[in-house]
Amino acid sequence: MTADGIGLGDPAPELALLDTEGETTTLPAPGEAPATVVVWTCNHCPYALAWHDRLTAAAREYADRGVRFVAVNSNDAERYPADSPQAMTERYDAAEWGMPYLHDDTQEVARAFGVLTTPDLFVFDSELRLRYRGAPDADHQDPTQGAAWLRSALDALLAGAEPNPAETEPVGCSIKWRP
Amino acid sequence: MAAAGLDPDRLEVREAPTDEAAEREGFVGSPTIRVDGRDIQEVGDQPVGLTCRVYRLRDGRISALPDPADVREALRSAGRALA
Repeated sequence: MTADGIGLGDPAPELALLDTEGETTTLPAPGEAPATVVVWTCNHCPYALAWHDRLTAAAREYADRGVRFVAVNSNDAERYPADSPQAMTERYDAAEWGMPYLHDDTQEVARAFGVLTTPDLFVFDSELRLRYRGAPDADHQDPTQGAAWLRSALDALLAGAEPNPAETEPVGCSIKWRP
Repeated sequence: MAAAGLDPDRLEVREAPTDEAAEREGFVGSPTIRVDGRDIQEVGDQPVGLTCRVYRLRDGRISALPDPADVREALRSAGRALA
């Protein structure tokens, strides 16, 4: 792990955040899930919104294979009220996400991971080592891409192989850091 | 712009580097494209602020960029007004 976050092979930083029900959610323990996906997202970024349905579809489909997904919003909710906990709850309750939606109020978790954008995906293996990091697929404007890079990484991990590609460039809006 | 009968040298790129500048300009996100001061797409309820702008393409998809057809239409409309 570096000051700029984690790299391939690094263990997942500690994550214990409140979801939209006010319950604390953590990552699974090592060995508890075959793969875990941590998705940074938010309520107002066009890239996050455009990719949202592709990510929730993947979360629902891979749940049957034991893969755990969590979505995290780390944006400064004071300057961006669209990302407030209340707004997160309203949006979460309006649709089926297939994953909890967590609020990183202090932004410490985002800093520990080294998050750059929304969306920014971190895919971990069963031992919670980072195996894929980057974008869901190659084009936020093309729904037919279907989160192909994410699915490819998960399929590889579930088959006991290494994701290829293991890294892509995260594309989206910058995290809205507190001043 | 040239295709719409407008002078490409009249293109002005402006930066909104602070919250205050965004408020002053009524800036609802990047990129915002105005032709003769009019936004090429309805701003709707998007709040003023330093953020990425949410666009709807003509087929309904969400995008970080406007539909090229909306840009062309706004430019053509301005070009016709000049003619």
